[in-house]
Amino acid sequence: MSTSLTEETQVTEAGVSTRLSSLDTLESEAIHIIREVVAEFEKPALLFSGGKDSVVMLHLATKAFWPGKVPFPVLHVDTGHNFPEVIDFRDRTVERLGLKLVVGSVQEFIDRGELAERADGTRNPLQTVPLLDAIQQNKFDAVFGGGRRDEDKARAKERILSLRDEFGQWDPRNQRPELWNLYNGRHTVGQHVRAFPISNWTELDIWRYIERENIELPGLYYAHEREVFARDGMWRAVGEVSQPRPDEEVITKTVRYRTVGDMSCTGAVESNAYTVSDVVVEVAASTLTERGATRADDRISEAAMEDRKKDGYF
Amino acid sequence: MTTEAVLPADLETALPTTLFRFATAGSVDDGKSTLVGRLLHDSKAILADQLDAVARTSADRGFGGDKGGIDLALLTDGLRAEREQGITIDVAYRYFATDRRSFILADCPGHVQYTKNTVTGASTADAVVVLIDARKGVLEQTRRHLSVLQLLRVAHVIVAVNKIDLVDFSESVFRDIEADVQQVGRELGLGSDGISDLLVIPVSALDGDNVVERSERTPWYTGPALLEVLETLPAADELESHLESFRFPVQLVIRPQGALAPDAVAAGLDAEAYRDYRAYAGQITEGSVKVGDQVSVLTPGQAPRTTTVAGIDFAGASLEEAAAPQSVAIRLADEFDVARGDTIAAAGTVREASADLYAALCWLSPKPLREGQKVLVKHGTRTVQAMVRNVTGKLDLATFKLEAASTLELNDIGHAQLRLAAPLPLENYLHHRRTGAFLVIDPLDGNTLAAGLVKDHPGDHEDERYSI
Repeated sequence: MSTSLTEETQVTEAGVSTRLSSLDTLESEAIHIIREVVAEFEKPALLFSGGKDSVVMLHLATKAFWPGKVPFPVLHVDTGHNFPEVIDFRDRTVERLGLKLVVGSVQEFIDRGELAERADGTRNPLQTVPLLDAIQQNKFDAVFGGGRRDEDKARAKERILSLRDEFGQWDPRNQRPELWNLYNGRHTVGQHVRAFPISNWTELDIWRYIERENIELPGLYYAHEREVFARDGMWRAVGEVSQPRPDEEVITKTVRYRTVGDMSCTGAVESNAYTVSDVVVEVAASTLTERGATRADDRISEAAMEDRKKDGYF
Repeated sequence: MTTEAVLPADLETALPTTLFRFATAGSVDDGKSTLVGRLLHDSKAILADQLDAVARTSADRGFGGDKGGIDLALLTDGLRAEREQGITIDVAYRYFATDRRSFILADCPGHVQYTKNTVTGASTADAVVVLIDARKGVLEQTRRHLSVLQLLRVAHVIVAVNKIDLVDFSESVFRDIEADVQQVGRELGLGSDGISDLLVIPVSALDGDNVVERSERTPWYTGPALLEVLETLPAADELESHLESFRFPVQLVIRPQGALAPDAVAAGLDAEAYRDYRAYAGQITEGSVKVGDQVSVLTPGQAPRTTTVAGIDFAGASLEEAAAPQSVAIRLADEFDVARGDTIAAAGTVREASADLYAALCWLSPKPLREGQKVLVKHGTRTVQAMVRNVTGKLDLATFKLEAASTLELNDIGHAQLRLAAPLPLENYLHHRRTGAFLVIDPLDGNTLAAGLVKDHPGDHEDERYSI
């Protein structure tokens, strides 16, 4: 080990230290993208769920416009099955930054009979309709999303600025080539653009950045005790919308969430990572992807994300 | 001293890693997807659930016959149509890290629209890995790839001579191919123009020879393995941040006029002190800047205005200096009217803005280019209307000769002259990878038609047809 450490030191002295770290480079790229979209679009909005990726994206936006306000509203599609502590975190964050919050409600669509509950109880795929409705109602022409290319095979093919047609659809086979740092956001009436400023970040980058910038997250990202039961190889929280079947035993475990989505399809992982630095170490050593470990909806098929995205999903 | 890759990072002792972007390019069946899969797999970037999914699909398809095995190519084919057809359609981005660097890999498909994909991948790449099948040697498509990379001024070109196991690890086969590659490099000026370098490595993507670790089966090859090279080459940012020609296209003006962010106020910011705050936000595309530097503000249609940098701000921090590719906000000593689309540059380093644009165009659209066509040109943070005056030739990528042409079609690279509705601070792409680049956009549907590279200063080439 000592030899490799010596090498590292030499590399640093040779000039690497004068270069930006990978986190600084990613931060700089994301801020450039956020500013481009604000400069070129009439009415952008930022998708904010209280999940770690959207929290990081919003943090980047505050840095991009400092000391001014973040010049766009945030949009949340509430499945009605969100973790209460995440909704609480969302509201506190919006209040702290003086932002306008627009909420699209899956529950309201179900109540009006415009969406039907799925047999498996998962509401994640149902978010597309309220999302597109909110975009249309509010005339948003650009929507920032926290999607990352390392999350999923379909997302690996996504552009940083990605055109959606009048029906909100993504056409992965007919995307604009994206060259240099020149982003082409031109669109016609009815179309909109999804912008992904943290496309090039990995899960580990996100966590290292949260640690470095001391960014607050909902508590369930850190280890805590929770009543859970095993289903589909994941630990599912006992809650109003996720009740164990008679054959599923409820036990108390120390868990944390790697992703925070709809309670009906998001699983917890066993973890002793109580602090952000614990999480960084845990993520670096993880042998499973975050979606593979914690998202039932992405296990439906190899192309589950691609199919949802084509319909207009995040 | 050996410089073997140490994987994975020891988090307690690791220094901050730097970012390195590279792309892969290759011809049909040269094993590019397998090489990418090998890099990801051997650098432990493939996680267990991804590997399980690939193993299942490999078994379903009977990959490797009775011996079985994992088709590493499946790791990179993301879309349903790609897996169904067994081909890669679109550029895919992949991520992996060693303890030195984080890598962004643009995996560019070889057979469908290779020019479009290679141009796209190479435009942001610090290095490009070109694959050659050791049994086939340098093909016409290899020449085309190298030609595109030279045109796009990619700093490091690495030729991986793959399937070296299928030629029994023969040194003479490798040396012949190496000589051919160097010959093409000389014809193009690649590796000898002071801008790029050209490296040739024998590899077996299937077995992993010289991919992550040096192989004992190629004892005649004493150079580094591919990953070692990628870990140690200087990134383009590193090369460009030292250039003296500071360039900063203004993205927007930050002018809160008393309406400060609540969290900034909560953190103790004095609203009164920021009442007249005015800063220009952007990303440094080239060079570096210090407080007190003399700079010129370039506004199209106006003479350059010279002033001094009064401050460099970033999210509450005041910086003494900043360099490419940092995103910052710059305050100027004089209260000029500066807006999006203007460029702030080191004083006295920029040529006069011009409305005549002479450029190489990589045509990326199924709609061919017509002379007289109206287009939009996006350069830096400014988009202007333009007209294509004439096409002055088309490059034969295999012979590197310019042929007469009056149109450009999908995947063609040609030279053209455009007239802009407003002058732009254009610079030669050869020396300015950011301020020498532009997009050609269709004003009707907004699609990107071409990647543009500014050639010599336009004034020098008034109406010269069929000459480079």
